[in-house]
Amino acid sequence: MPRPAASSVGRPIAVTASDSTTRSALVQFLLRLGDDRLVLGHRLSEWCGHGPILEEDIALANIALDLVGQAALLLDLAGATEDAGRDGDALAYLREAIDYRNVLLVELPKGDFAFTVVRQFLFSVAAYYQLEGIARSTQTDLAGIAAKALKETRYHVRHAGEWVIKLGDGTDESHARTQSALDGLWRYTGEMFQTDAVDAALVGAGLVPDLTTVEPRWLAQVTDVIERATLTIPAAGYMQRGGRSGRHTEHLGIMLAEMQILQRSYPGAKW
Amino acid sequence: MADDHSAAPASVATTSRDGQWPLWEVFLQPPRGAPFEHAGSVHAVDAESALQNARDVYARRGEAVNIWVVPTTAITASTPEDVGPFFDPGNDKPYRHPQFYSVPRGVRVY
Amino acid sequence: MPDSPDAVREFEARIAAGETIEPKDWMPDRYRKQLIRMMSQHAHSEVVGMLPEGNWITRAPTLRRKLGLLAKVQDEAGHGLYIYCGTETLGIDRAELVDQLLAGKAKYSSIFNYPTLTWADIGAIGWFVDGAAIVNQTMLAKASYGPYARAMVRICKEENFHKRQGYEIMATLSAGTPEQKRIAQDAVNRWWWPSLMMFGPSDKDSPNSAELTRWGIKRKGNDELRQRFVNLTVGQAVAIDLVLPDPELRHDAETGNWHFGPIDWDEFTRVVHGDGPLNRERLAARQDAHRAGAWVRDAAVAHAAKRAAAADAVAKSAAA
Repeated sequence: MPRPAASSVGRPIAVTASDSTTRSALVQFLLRLGDDRLVLGHRLSEWCGHGPILEEDIALANIALDLVGQAALLLDLAGATEDAGRDGDALAYLREAIDYRNVLLVELPKGDFAFTVVRQFLFSVAAYYQLEGIARSTQTDLAGIAAKALKETRYHVRHAGEWVIKLGDGTDESHARTQSALDGLWRYTGEMFQTDAVDAALVGAGLVPDLTTVEPRWLAQVTDVIERATLTIPAAGYMQRGGRSGRHTEHLGIMLAEMQILQRSYPGAKW
Repeated sequence: MADDHSAAPASVATTSRDGQWPLWEVFLQPPRGAPFEHAGSVHAVDAESALQNARDVYARRGEAVNIWVVPTTAITASTPEDVGPFFDPGNDKPYRHPQFYSVPRGVRVY
Repeated sequence: MPDSPDAVREFEARIAAGETIEPKDWMPDRYRKQLIRMMSQHAHSEVVGMLPEGNWITRAPTLRRKLGLLAKVQDEAGHGLYIYCGTETLGIDRAELVDQLLAGKAKYSSIFNYPTLTWADIGAIGWFVDGAAIVNQTMLAKASYGPYARAMVRICKEENFHKRQGYEIMATLSAGTPEQKRIAQDAVNRWWWPSLMMFGPSDKDSPNSAELTRWGIKRKGNDELRQRFVNLTVGQAVAIDLVLPDPELRHDAETGNWHFGPIDWDEFTRVVHGDGPLNRERLAARQDAHRAGAWVRDAAVAHAAKRAAAADAVAKSAAA
């Protein structure tokens, strides 16, 4: 299969971030976006061959393919921006867990089907509003990737949202499982909207629009679907965080050990 | 042409044993304005899910710009007994075809 | 009620004239049964076939390989679905077919009972198993039963990338480090003979072949297809410097074919009858997925019923 079109290892890239602070902020930002998608895509791909019905096996694989495809583009761009000789594969396969920048939400084990679709929904709605902003970035490579990802994400929201409603307002068992998934996941959602110096530097340089409006829009849409699903939004509480600075759960290291085994076992080999 | 499932009365309309979902026929419109074509079928509990499943199953490679899904039970199909009365009369009307009419040699009609 | 000889004669005349049989057309009961058996086995094979390759999705060595493999295994699900859908036109539910598989009553291609031990197995499966499947399915695309033939046309179109992907993986490994080359050759050694077995027993020992051929479900014999696959593959192996594990392999100038050594049909029979390396594990994996998904399928049905009832209530109150 052809490499995603915009994938560009080795292509000289016109990074508009001229000074080194902005450049390294952009690298971090790209790693965050890329790692979120790689890790979640990987988790989804674990369903392949084990879905609840054939049609859904195919649907989950489609979403996984979209996410890993987005990750490949973003990590390649991160590597090119960093300009230290690392491409997307080097970033994906040769970084330690403490170097990964994804939110904790996406690295949790796939759980049951309710856990998978609730997580997908919570993530995809946030991703949708983030990408909508990022698609207006003055960094044209990033804007291009975001525009492509936005279309894919719109479908992910629709698909996962339909499932949340079906499962929430289905049988007693599906309702209980879905509420339990939502309760377990809720404390990992705050990290998606956490901002720090990386975001500030990029907003200041005009590379990325201010994304502080994402959270209220996310909450409005999530609340609407949760209510239609006859589920209850969990009470506000402490929000887990740490992924953006490499402080992960124990699950990520195990996932990476599996994912990276060939690259780690055969250093320098071509695949 | 449609793969007619109406020979399969047990499989449609109602959710049968073990949570089997109803069957829907999928029609895709290929790009560039071509007519819709039957692609196959999917199982789904409602029209929206049928549409999504059809998209994921039958349009993974950009095969379509439009999708129709129709409950299999909603399709009325001609039967093998209809073949004679339905289609044979169409085979002896040569005046419906352009070749029936002659034009002077060398004249371009189109 | 037995099929009337006249009707059977007329049916066979249609097939001989190259006509396609469609779902509502009259067909001998035996034709319907043979098709259901053959098509459902084919569909089961696609679905069980997701498991050996799915085993490596989380360990694919690059992002490009991860995307390619995931897309491929997803295609297998799609192909299973297309063929189940074609089988349902014969008057049988997919749920019933799946039950037969899960109960261990239905067969599927034996090759999927072998384990994928290294990444090279993913290459070997794409190259050999999909290569063999393409040879077989290209023939089935001309099958007399319309829905089956149409599913095969769609599948053949999609499956070409599978074989190329597998061959590319093998070529890369073979040209790689000594250790990569070693796992590539090892995978070839393990997958070659089971791939030849995929075409089924020799026609003279195949109980169904004559009938399937007479009814235009199969257009070519097992031996002919197997030979075609061997002829295609020998040159491909040479080109990437891998050795097919058959000391008898030699070109026969007279027939133009590559002669190959005897196939171990005892092994084939043993694996078909449940004693392959992973028969139990493959079935257990499908049973687990089905069982774990039951509440999901039920929830979707329950929700649809609620929505329909609500829509009904709205319609009634509007009418009132």
